[in-house]
Amino acid sequence: MSISTKSVATLFGGAGVGRLPSGSPKLRRHLVGIGWGMASIGLFTAIWEILWAIGWANPLLLPPPHLFLQDIPGTLGYFSQKNIVGAKAAGNGVTGLLLTILWTTSRVVLGLALGFVLGVAVGAMVHYVRMVRNLLLPTILLLAPISPVAWLPVAIFVFGIGDVPAIFLVFITVFFAIVLSTVAQLESVPRNYLHVARIMGATEAQTFWRVTLPAILPSLFMTLRLNLFAAWMVVLIAEAVGVGSGLGQITSMARATFNAKLVFFTMAIIGVLGFLFDWGLRYIQGRMLWWVAPGQGGSK
Amino acid sequence: MTRPAVSIKNVAKTWTPEGRPPVHALRNLSLDVMPGEFVVLLGPSGCGKSTLLYMIAGLEGTSGGVIEQDGAFVTEPSAERGLIFQEASLFPWLTILDNVAFGLSVRGVPVAERRAVAADMLRKVGLGDMMEKKPDELSGGMRQRAACARALAMRPKVLMMDEPFAALDVQTRSKMQDFLLQIWRDSGASVILVTHSIDEAIALADRVVVFTSRPGQVKTIVPIDLPRPRPSRDPRYHEYRDMFTELLADEVDRAFAEQEVV
Ligand SMILES: Nc1ncnc2c1ncn2[C@@H]1O[C@H](COP(=O)(O)OP(=O)(O)OP(=O)(O)O)[C@@H](O)[C@H]1O
Ligand SMILES: [Mg+2]
Repeated sequence: MSISTKSVATLFGGAGVGRLPSGSPKLRRHLVGIGWGMASIGLFTAIWEILWAIGWANPLLLPPPHLFLQDIPGTLGYFSQKNIVGAKAAGNGVTGLLLTILWTTSRVVLGLALGFVLGVAVGAMVHYVRMVRNLLLPTILLLAPISPVAWLPVAIFVFGIGDVPAIFLVFITVFFAIVLSTVAQLESVPRNYLHVARIMGATEAQTFWRVTLPAILPSLFMTLRLNLFAAWMVVLIAEAVGVGSGLGQITSMARATFNAKLVFFTMAIIGVLGFLFDWGLRYIQGRMLWWVAPGQGGSK
Repeated sequence: MTRPAVSIKNVAKTWTPEGRPPVHALRNLSLDVMPGEFVVLLGPSGCGKSTLLYMIAGLEGTSGGVIEQDGAFVTEPSAERGLIFQEASLFPWLTILDNVAFGLSVRGVPVAERRAVAADMLRKVGLGDMMEKKPDELSGGMRQRAACARALAMRPKVLMMDEPFAALDVQTRSKMQDFLLQIWRDSGASVILVTHSIDEAIALADRVVVFTSRPGQVKTIVPIDLPRPRPSRDPRYHEYRDMFTELLADEVDRAFAEQEVV
């Protein structure tokens, strides 16, 4: 992959916060980070509210936060508890909202997990088995640049209406990226790591699980994170079109019924979820891949 | 006569890189390394010193001739022939302790036992309080010592080192040389060390093997008859140094002349 993992890592790693004087530096850095985050969101909200106050932002089209967050119980009425295609808004309130979120998130998680595991497996086969490489790689290179959204009709033709096409789209979003990243990373595992393993008498399986895989994992994880936002995008589109439940369906319904408040409320939820997801992946990265410094994606 | 620890008999190596003309790296090379001997390989760049170490290690096959270790043909890598690179090549996902214990864990030695052995080895190389650190928390010299510990934990008969101290600063380098002599004596292993530094060769070696330029062959073998430690103010030290400088200059000139023809 040609995307520079390093710069993205710095971007998301919050490394923009400079070095601070001692005295529980970690906590202070955290607080400063949160402070800037609040300042940034506060400024954004303030400008929006001001635009509304001076009458530039039409509250019917661009309702500012205090308006779309004002009538939460009313808004929540649109969220159904059922994961049924075409279910009318039954008004299940908070549980409805939570369940809607749950449906969407579980599709994202399943798609990501499947795409990651199968992507690494296929990438490894392409790398190790010459026959597989010759047969698969051209097709993978052909399919990889196709936008995941373009797969939507295919997903619906093949899997019909339901959960599967949404999961499939998320899967497609990460799968090819992970395959190609795996192939590239496997080629660049430092040769001396492999030499050390051979000299120590490691079998091929031991070498793969204990040397090769840990060596490539940080970069693969970075690829996954880079594709996370795309995965969120396609799941919403899939839900709007082919599934009939989840946050995507709500947005689509809100648009159809010209309900700007609901649109922005759902957008806010989607924003928060996307942020939490990235944070979660970063957390997992920090725990599982503890040897990688925060600002650094690759192996050394 | 004792049997050599490593015996290199008429070895040749020709690299055949894809889409490029073959490279004759080594030709007709013979050399015996005795048990417990410290041999330094000195030669112009590209004459095949690293190639030779890789073949002794069993990571690469020969294109002619054979290599024996303790009388048996070398056909594949073995922990009895440890190899240390210019970069320590420690695994960044393991602590220093687990890096050193890696070879034992591959063999199925239980955790407690292998950690005990590794800890012991780390104490010997002076890294007793670095065990739980990550490799990139260590300085270059410490990492190289950890790499030594990793090789030594397997109780090798032969320890090969490919320019192990080339990336270190002068002070660290001289400390590491003292350190290396000490672990060499303690372990009783034969050491084969590649260096570009004439001073390093004189400071360390029992015998210095001078290579010709590519295709590499043994030009001369010079025993260093000085008691260790070898202070550089010793006049005989200077004689050795002048001699090696001259021997190498010849070969480097030849290598250059050839490059211009090609
Ligand atoms: N894997 C390889 N494939 C093809 N050619 C190689 C390979 N490894 C080494 N060579 C070639 O073999 C020759 C000897 O290389 P080698 O690395 O053994 O030299 P060296 O004596 O260690 O040099 P230096 O002092 O610069 O490290 C060089 O011309 C090199 O280009
Ligand atoms: Mg070399």
